Amino acid sequence: MNILDYTAVELSAAIKKGEVTVAQATQAVLDQIEKTEADLNCYVTLDKEGALAQANDIQKKIDAGELTGPLAGVPVAIKDNMCTEGMLTTCSSKILGNFIPTYTAEAVINLQKAGAVILGKTNMDEFAMGSTTETSAFGPTKNPWDTEHVPGGSSGGSAAAVAADECFYALGSDTGGSIRQPASYCGVVGMKPTYGTVSRYGLIAYGSSLDQIGPLAKDVTDCATVLEAIASHDLKDSTSVERETDFTSALVDDVKGMKIGIPRSYFGDGLDADVKEKVLAAARVLEEKGAIVEEFDLDLVEYAIPTYYTIADAEASSNLERFDGVKYGYRAEDCEELHQMYKRSRSQGFGPEVKRRIMLGSFVLSSGYYDAYYLKALRVKALIKKSFDEAFAKYDMILGPCAPTTAPRLGSSLSDPMKMYLGDIYTISVNLAGLPGISVPCGVDKNGLPIGLQLIGDCFEEKKLIQAAYSYEQARGKFSLRAKEGK
Amino acid sequence: MANVITDETIDYVGILAKLELSAEEKEQAKKDLAEMLDYIDQLGELDTTGVEPMSHVFPVNNVFREDVVTNGDDRDNILKNAPEEKDGMFVVPNTF
Repeated sequence: MNILDYTAVELSAAIKKGEVTVAQATQAVLDQIEKTEADLNCYVTLDKEGALAQANDIQKKIDAGELTGPLAGVPVAIKDNMCTEGMLTTCSSKILGNFIPTYTAEAVINLQKAGAVILGKTNMDEFAMGSTTETSAFGPTKNPWDTEHVPGGSSGGSAAAVAADECFYALGSDTGGSIRQPASYCGVVGMKPTYGTVSRYGLIAYGSSLDQIGPLAKDVTDCATVLEAIASHDLKDSTSVERETDFTSALVDDVKGMKIGIPRSYFGDGLDADVKEKVLAAARVLEEKGAIVEEFDLDLVEYAIPTYYTIADAEASSNLERFDGVKYGYRAEDCEELHQMYKRSRSQGFGPEVKRRIMLGSFVLSSGYYDAYYLKALRVKALIKKSFDEAFAKYDMILGPCAPTTAPRLGSSLSDPMKMYLGDIYTISVNLAGLPGISVPCGVDKNGLPIGLQLIGDCFEEKKLIQAAYSYEQARGKFSLRAKEGK
Repeated sequence: MANVITDETIDYVGILAKLELSAEEKEQAKKDLAEMLDYIDQLGELDTTGVEPMSHVFPVNNVFREDVVTNGDDRDNILKNAPEEKDGMFVVPNTF
């Protein structure tokens, strides 16, 4: 068996049985990276020597019985907006192009405790602002299924790395769909947990009330296992919550009696015909397995995008004030006075999409417009939350597509930002309401590009989503680029 | 389009955002901002009278901890990424 055929959980089991060593697994991934990375550009930073050194260290701990968890010895890729001590962390931005953190994000520490081999840092849209990974200062990532297409974003490097076997699983972050949408475009499983489940300590902030870290994985079992490893109540993040985190106990093939609601508005204009067909086919699979599936009207769907961009950009404009050329990161040269230095460092350091969002955010928070835009958006957010509360009074979960289309062609999205923003329609309200959401591959379109099924749950109901996604996966069978290529 | 962003407004927002935009960037920013505001204006269709602004989805208020120092002197680490430092301090250009 080729090592790359293993899922993360299978690999760790094989390592414990002595069938594979951690060094062999790490080397297999590094060889794969060597083969495909020049075409794909999944990584901003790759730490080959460090990974092999970690592999030896972790092997010793496994052999000594100190590391026994289900992810021990498995190589992972980390999105480049999570701080890693001693390893470059750029957020795919010129302004952090030389930033080497002196501490590690809590979610990454949790993986290290679980025995993960950290391979490096994955490419993303600059500061997680974008839906294609094309706003990266280090060039776009390509979709492994078809390199003429984008991998989605903003966690595009993480999703593409999992799909191309350049790692066994990855961490991403999701502010408006940034885990689920690239997972959908790259044919992997991605999950955004309930807000507060995973500590944001060490995650470079974009929209703090919306940001959550989550897994991108080869299957639902890996996804649940990784989530269980990274979830923790962390006093360093005051929005972190104390909750049950035994997610793997929900890996049960049974959906009998589960109530699944399909919002009619999710299947209207703008949805690609192939995506519609495959997502509804997946709903029928769950129905045949005993779930009760029905259509319903979810209110306010069309208001989620304007609400999101007001709130996210307002928070971004505030969060990104810290990049001032004083404490870390890029500083413009030859400045005569302080304010000139602030402005030039930021103007030269940030890319166009980041500047666009900082400008809008600054405007909606400015005196005279704050009530009309920012507070209005927070009021609409309350209405959106209420509309989900009503839905979850009737249903265990909501089913729909992850994105209106499959992965667009490279170069076709950035020229019209508004059109790009509209592509977030099915993912964005989940962040506004703090809900968990999972994307699971459910087929390909006529061009062979993957389609993602999205399941959305009420707050803290990840286990229902995992159970339904796992049950669907059992019926669907294997789905991966390797399987498609007959490897 | 309904919203028109003037030069004065874009200059003012540039000051708030601490961004120095080129003439070309300014024209683009005027267009982008107006387009986004036109779009956001549809929130005005919703009656939100009596609806409290929701900043946090869970009913959490202040999270308190004991007033005990848990971090030590981390000056050297903090200065490690400084573009310029001297005698344990950040160096910046003239402030006047």
